[in-house]
Amino acid sequence: MARSRGGGDTPGHDALTATRDALAAVFREEAGRLAASVTRILGDFDASEEVVQDALLAAWQQWPIEGLPDRPGAWLWTVARRRAIDVLRRDMRYQERLRALSFPVEQAADDDRLMLIFTCCHPALSPEAQVALTLRTVCGLSTAEIANAFLASEAAIIQRLTRARRKIAEARIPYRIPADDELAERLSGVLAVIYLLFNEGYLCSAGAAPQRRDLTDDAEWLAALLASLMPAEPEVLGLLALIRLHRARAATRFDAEGRLVLLRHQDRARWNKAEIAAAADLVVRAARLRRPGPYQIQAAIVACHAEAASWASTDWLQILLLYDALLRQQPSPVIRLHRAVAMGQVLGPQAALDETDDLAGDLDRYHIYHATRAEFLRQLGRGYEARQADERALGLTANPAERALLEQRLT
Amino acid sequence: MKYVLLFCGDEQDAAAFEAMSPDELAARYAEVGAWFAEHQSKIGATNQLQGPASATSVRFGLEGQPVVTDGPYLEGKENIGGYAEIDVADLDEALRMAKTWPGRGAVEIRPVMTR
Repeated sequence: MARSRGGGDTPGHDALTATRDALAAVFREEAGRLAASVTRILGDFDASEEVVQDALLAAWQQWPIEGLPDRPGAWLWTVARRRAIDVLRRDMRYQERLRALSFPVEQAADDDRLMLIFTCCHPALSPEAQVALTLRTVCGLSTAEIANAFLASEAAIIQRLTRARRKIAEARIPYRIPADDELAERLSGVLAVIYLLFNEGYLCSAGAAPQRRDLTDDAEWLAALLASLMPAEPEVLGLLALIRLHRARAATRFDAEGRLVLLRHQDRARWNKAEIAAAADLVVRAARLRRPGPYQIQAAIVACHAEAASWASTDWLQILLLYDALLRQQPSPVIRLHRAVAMGQVLGPQAALDETDDLAGDLDRYHIYHATRAEFLRQLGRGYEARQADERALGLTANPAERALLEQRLT
Repeated sequence: MKYVLLFCGDEQDAAAFEAMSPDELAARYAEVGAWFAEHQSKIGATNQLQGPASATSVRFGLEGQPVVTDGPYLEGKENIGGYAEIDVADLDEALRMAKTWPGRGAVEIRPVMTR
């Protein structure tokens, strides 16, 4: 594995980078497990954070010199245990908890990480705090990495995390898997956090800041972790499939100049067919559990697109029916707008335009509403109005890739 | 773990309350009574408050001198109509109680500081 060369005191630049990459991968696997076990035993989110950070810091300093241990998780656990005992010495229930700490020499059961996820995504915390806490505690990102991903200052992220941890302690947000009667609602909160992370990464991956951390990677990792911990929850599988289906086609979303490429113009030969097939299987597996939900339906819609040989030969009727199902679950003007595109393919541009005109009140400030309307108007030969709609869209978006596409249309 | 539930409402909630018929009002009070009965073992001090029009505030100036003014301290459209102190295991249990509150409006949950 990643050992430094020679005497080990001064590794070369490449070796150092390789070591750091290997460390980052190990951290992501181990940080959440470690935090979960320590939190369970100490029963204190804040104190466990301190212990976990000390252990990770020790690894960060020693591993590049001494080499990666055979069992990194056990190594971290040993260090964390030593620190946790120090913390417990200050605690009245020292003896009782010390016993718990000496027994599980093995790493935590996976259930512990599930508790950690549910605590980090508790609805009593703000969405921003839920995201930051999940990245920090479950994924093991440093505060600098989180700040970099959200283009925020590290001080702001540290403050957000400190407030969230204080609230967990002061309001006594519990550390456990929610009871059956609230599991569905709480799980949908967790999925919303992961999807938010994914979208945050997906929307800004236009290449403007290649050194920025790829949050879609973290989102997929989290969804996969959740799917392994809750394999009988179809919406978890649905979200994982949705993320993988998007990522399998990510390479064709922008052209060489960084302009957004619409689905109908994307080079489908460059899509990752194997990943698409695997994700589509996941959609089928979820459907067999017979509890449909918004993530499964969205994944099914994206699978229809991903498996079609071309824009024209896409199964639009199937997509329209899926949108109808999605609307029943989640009535929203944005979903109606997407459905209008499928309507246009099945029923023609006039029906689609009538449908979008109906949404003007809700979506007048939404650039994609105007860009979509422009498409229908163009298909109906109403070029002047189409131009006006594109101009309106351009005035409403700051995203450089989207602006480039609209400007190209207008010239 | 002790929390205080603050039963809050805004002008709209107050208007909806005013618009209720005597029968509807009686039914609502019965629901609220049943809620208190159901959670009796967890509820400590609790009171419904007279409306904000009945409030008097004492504010302290920069020098610490008290100034008596008419009206509530919390200005704006929302006000607190009552409170209940509860003793439950954790926030999830407090949330579970608050979610079944039949009095409408909003319920704010505040942990009680322990020393």
